Amino acid sequence: MAGVSLGCVYALVALGFVLIYKATETVNFAQGDLMMLGAFFALTASVMMGWPYWATILFAITVMAVVGMLIERIVLRPVLGQPAFTVVMITIGVGYVMRGVVTMIPGWGTDTHQIATPFAEAIWNVGGVVLPVQQLGVIAMTAALCAVLYLFFRFSRLGVAMQATSQNQLAAYYMGIPVRRVNMMIWGLSAGVAAFAGILLAPATFIHSNMGFIGLKAFPAAVLGGFGSVPGAIVGGLIIGVVEALAGYYLPEGFKDVAAYVVLLVVLMVRPSGIFGETARKKV
Amino acid sequence: MRFIFKTDYEQDIRLFRHGGQRFWYGVLAVLLLLAPWWAGEYVMSQLHFILIYSIVGFGLMMLTGFTGQVSLGHAAFLAVGAYTEALLQAAGVPFVISIGCAALFTAVLGLIVGLPALRLKGIYLTIATLAFNVIVEEIIARWHSLTGGNEGKHLKPVQILGWKLESDAEFYYLCLVLTVICCLACVNLLRSPTGRAFVAIRDSEVSASCMGVHLAKYKTIAFAFSAALTGIGGALYAHKLAFISPEQFTLFQSIELITIVILGGIGFLHGAVLGAAFIIVLPQLISIAKGWLPEGLVPAGMQAVVFGVILVLVIIFEPLGLYGRWLKIRAWFELFPFYRKGMFRRQKSYMKSERLR
Repeated sequence: MAGVSLGCVYALVALGFVLIYKATETVNFAQGDLMMLGAFFALTASVMMGWPYWATILFAITVMAVVGMLIERIVLRPVLGQPAFTVVMITIGVGYVMRGVVTMIPGWGTDTHQIATPFAEAIWNVGGVVLPVQQLGVIAMTAALCAVLYLFFRFSRLGVAMQATSQNQLAAYYMGIPVRRVNMMIWGLSAGVAAFAGILLAPATFIHSNMGFIGLKAFPAAVLGGFGSVPGAIVGGLIIGVVEALAGYYLPEGFKDVAAYVVLLVVLMVRPSGIFGETARKKV
Repeated sequence: MRFIFKTDYEQDIRLFRHGGQRFWYGVLAVLLLLAPWWAGEYVMSQLHFILIYSIVGFGLMMLTGFTGQVSLGHAAFLAVGAYTEALLQAAGVPFVISIGCAALFTAVLGLIVGLPALRLKGIYLTIATLAFNVIVEEIIARWHSLTGGNEGKHLKPVQILGWKLESDAEFYYLCLVLTVICCLACVNLLRSPTGRAFVAIRDSEVSASCMGVHLAKYKTIAFAFSAALTGIGGALYAHKLAFISPEQFTLFQSIELITIVILGGIGFLHGAVLGAAFIIVLPQLISIAKGWLPEGLVPAGMQAVVFGVILVLVIIFEPLGLYGRWLKIRAWFELFPFYRKGMFRRQKSYMKSERLR
């Protein structure tokens, strides 16, 4: 159960990767740091301003969406269309900046913090099985968000435009898609999802400036599910979460931290496109 | 403006293109050889690090800058080189052999990592090397009987054929000699068919294989060579610090190593040295700047912020890094009144999906 709920958080961070990968074919190494920043905004809203939990979530997501768009506009627009690795290095740099800035802001700093959740400590007893409501809540919220995102990419005009942009920027331009604006929106969306993941993770690991490193665990999740596949990210995240929990339980100490990466290497060697990877061929 | 008239095919593969280069490299060599006389103890120590990082930079430059394979796992090679050296020294193996073994062993490891690289492209390869780094780090921390785990390992000063290199100056010359050897090896390799094949793979894998470049073979060679250089760097790094532990070889070390290549200028060997110097000097500059600012205004995260901002700015405004900046300055002087702003501008490019290939 703990594995599944942690897996949900991995899945959400992986979802952030996937969204940006889908639209811009690059990987955002700062995703974990976006999550951390989102959690800190939630902290500000709930502890310092005393807002209720739901308002906190909305606030953090909105603020982070704006932050995501600003990042895209300021640092990524100038390198639009450059090789993927250029963008990766920029996101690594952005991650450094965010981690540094958080420690500088008074009230955030380098300490660990906690936010109150409505379903802390409560426990449901269903037919003899004890289920912590906290973890159920995480799972339910993840599922809802995924459904919305899946429908968005499948049916809405904007979602389809985002996919078109990812496949061929030039052709997307010709079809009248405002590629730059689409990219900006996808960054906002991805940062919002990251903030959501941060809030869900907060009760489990507390909020501190290095919580973004969990983003590194989401790589295996994203690769496992196949980069560029929304359901893949969710399944991948769940698998990684469960594998990690099982490895921590059955294998000697130390395997828990590397289990995800071992899975990652095996997947990359056996099936680089992941479980749900698209195996479409280019038609000539 | 200098015009080089080529009258001989030999000219194309000469180490120095013209007299000017010979003169300036000579000046540099003399300055470096005399460093123990003009540099203080502190500067010497920084020079050690710059030379060691340059060797690692060469290795990474060969892989990332010339073959186009991005690795975020070089800290693992650095660690393997360092630990091999530490263990062999503890076993009483002489330095000349142990550093050779460190290079060889990391090269073999590089070969193994290079194998999946044949199937993986672009970002997937980067992620695979990242996973490799995390796993190696964890193995080193957990394999207590061999590596000493988190307590780390101590090293004695280098001893070559009964001659103990205890002073700063002696170790400096060792680093300098090895750096020059590695640099010449890289230059030489790049002039050979192998080096040309690397560059061809970087520029376009499809065209390279059409021209008869065996992709698998050359990618593996690139990985092994790069890892070997990093292993040599790691061995020296271990001796410099005299104490190694797993937390010196984290993912952040890998990121720092790749920034050497990016900041220095991707695709130039000079860039590796410039980038190494920059990475070493930057923390010093920041701590000097901290001294100027009033107390309380400079929090702990300052270094990360400055580092990140510089990385982002360099990539956006100076894609060819420090060496690219120097090329522009040189072009400005050479063409004095005729330099135009757009001469080095990036070509506008549109991204196409790699997924539908």
